[in-house]
Amino acid sequence: MGVLIKNGRVIDPSQSLDMVSDIYVQGDRVKEISKRIDTPRKSDTVIDASGQVVAPGLIDIHVHLREPGYEHKETIKTGCLAAAAGGFTSIVCMPNTNPINDNASVTEYILLKARTEGIVNVFPIGAITKGEKGAELADIGEMCEAGCVAISDDGMPVTDSGLMRKAMEYVKPFGIPVITHAEDTGLSAGGVMNEGFTSTELGLRGIPAASEEVGVVRDIILCELTGTPLHICHVSTKGSVRLVRAAKKRGAKVTAEATPHHFTLTDKEVYGYNTNAKMNPPLRTQEDVDAIIEGIADGTIDVIATDHAPHSQDEKNVEFDLAPFGIVGLETALSLSLQLVEKGIITLDEMIKKLTIVPSEIVGIERGTLAPGSIADLVVFDLERSRTVDPGEFFSKSRNTPFSGWELKGVVSNTIVSGKVVFGRN
Amino acid sequence: MAFDKKHILGLGELSAEEINVILDTAESMKEISTRDVKKVPTLKGRTVVNLFFEPSTRTRSSFEIAEKRLSADVLNFSASQSSVVKGESLVDTARNFEAMGASIMVIRHGMSGAPFVLAREINASVINAGDGSHEHPSQALIDIFTIREKKGGIEGLNVLIVGDILNSRVARSNIFGLRKLGANVRIAGPATIVPEYFSEMGAEIFYSLEHAIENVDVVIMLRIQSERKTLEYFPSIREYSGLYGLTREKLRLAKKDVIVMHPGPINRGVELTSEIADDPDAVILEQVANGIAVRMAMIYLVGLGESL
Repeated sequence: MGVLIKNGRVIDPSQSLDMVSDIYVQGDRVKEISKRIDTPRKSDTVIDASGQVVAPGLIDIHVHLREPGYEHKETIKTGCLAAAAGGFTSIVCMPNTNPINDNASVTEYILLKARTEGIVNVFPIGAITKGEKGAELADIGEMCEAGCVAISDDGMPVTDSGLMRKAMEYVKPFGIPVITHAEDTGLSAGGVMNEGFTSTELGLRGIPAASEEVGVVRDIILCELTGTPLHICHVSTKGSVRLVRAAKKRGAKVTAEATPHHFTLTDKEVYGYNTNAKMNPPLRTQEDVDAIIEGIADGTIDVIATDHAPHSQDEKNVEFDLAPFGIVGLETALSLSLQLVEKGIITLDEMIKKLTIVPSEIVGIERGTLAPGSIADLVVFDLERSRTVDPGEFFSKSRNTPFSGWELKGVVSNTIVSGKVVFGRN
Repeated sequence: MAFDKKHILGLGELSAEEINVILDTAESMKEISTRDVKKVPTLKGRTVVNLFFEPSTRTRSSFEIAEKRLSADVLNFSASQSSVVKGESLVDTARNFEAMGASIMVIRHGMSGAPFVLAREINASVINAGDGSHEHPSQALIDIFTIREKKGGIEGLNVLIVGDILNSRVARSNIFGLRKLGANVRIAGPATIVPEYFSEMGAEIFYSLEHAIENVDVVIMLRIQSERKTLEYFPSIREYSGLYGLTREKLRLAKKDVIVMHPGPINRGVELTSEIADDPDAVILEQVANGIAVRMAMIYLVGLGESL
């Protein structure tokens, strides 16, 4: 049993590969990549990828799967379906479920569910503190042993700098990174959107750029103090880009991600009190968007991640202040990232790199490459084909996207996980 | 001059022309209030609901009188006695009233943008009676109507708004409206509640009341809203009142024929001395009286659009 993908433009940044060739997958491994491979066996599946791109399956290191606890928003099953439809073969999920993933039994539950119901790879992130309450360390070692690939209190930043330092020191022997949602909650208290002219006009309480930047500075300093790798989530401000750039220059073990919404949209989207433009960190100004794009181009931003945050329509269709933060992203991320390529900001190779090998290295998973012998996770997509975003067609359980109705290029035709075609679209 | 807006959500959304239509209509409505029988049959058989999710005496009563003078059937709903306590959503609450036949909903809500949610989700016309820190269009229209009556026009006037600009929906609506009609708007107060972003809205920022008040035609004093936690923004009411309270001496720096306004309720001795509140220059009670006419005009105009 094998899969033969013929005539695709194979792009694999991990091997500096970009050429039209065939790929043969045998069992769950990549067997061979070469100019022409003839079908070795009758039982093999053959995919004609002529005119399409074949790349390592995309990896999203910032996803909220909502299970256990919030299955009305998303389940591991539907989250994996959405991932596959978006070209993602591995997703790394945040611990803010109910119960919080702060101990090995929750980690094991997630992994068991993922094995039995999920069609893509799921790698959990454990909480830094028990219940994400910021008071005592979670069972970091046990979670690590159970399969967590990083720790984070995403969305509930650890306000006690002493405790954050302890977490960063404690985690060292386990060899996993600390992922931070950087935010000084004193500065952002009560805020629901970016602080600026738009929030002033709308009479909504602002979240100043400074609240993120103060958080970024603190965590960079703690990273340099402890030497533990720090990954900064969803960078949204010009100041944060500058801070990360300077830290990298000094040699700090810092990596950073940006989301498609933060490099595509501004806080003007909130006009009309659009709750699908409400997320944390919030959409910022054009100046910030430009700085993020610059950071993506010069490598300050290492990774594109979605912060896929499903919420039901009922939860979003309320007063702006009451709506939860977050939007779904798995099914639009590839197309939005391709816009950066189309605009000439990064090459296709660099884009794929930020969605495959780099994120896999940050969380230390053996994915993101098509090197012969590696696990056969692949995506086949058509660069030129476009579609209109219709949330009604999402595989995710939730529809909370600000991109509804957008005409976007880039359609995933096949997603392959461990040698199995898990998603196909005509 | 046509008015084809289905909703009145804020002055930010209205053109200068539309604002003038409302003001002109309010003038005819004011005449009705001078009659023996203060009632016209315009909205007979129509149902207007006042959805008040925040306590309010004056605004709600004023809307109710306005609705009754137009012969509408009036339903009052306030959150304290409502199913909101049971967890019913804003949209569901409004849909219930719509099912009962309400064609106009007047909404007051503590959160910015709540009327926009309704306008998006229901078929009835929506009138914003104050949403969070966003807008309070009827109050600003009353202020502008009163200024126009007293000064003969708006263009070129210097209007000063003093107080908690950051958290004030009255300030935002007035800035939008007054700027559109050509007034110069100044704002003054402690730096923590007079953010610089307001200059992008066309207001000139002052931190000294003495400087701000020079040569102004109109002073609008905002209420210090202790329920909005304003008190975190300055050390004490005493200090605030000393710096930004309006006294006879400070008022002398304004134009001779200056008028003083306050959207009420007044904290006597904080924003204004009683001496000024009760002075003939102060038009605070006239504002209240004009309120009915302006609100009649708002309801009439959205109701009219619907019947066309």
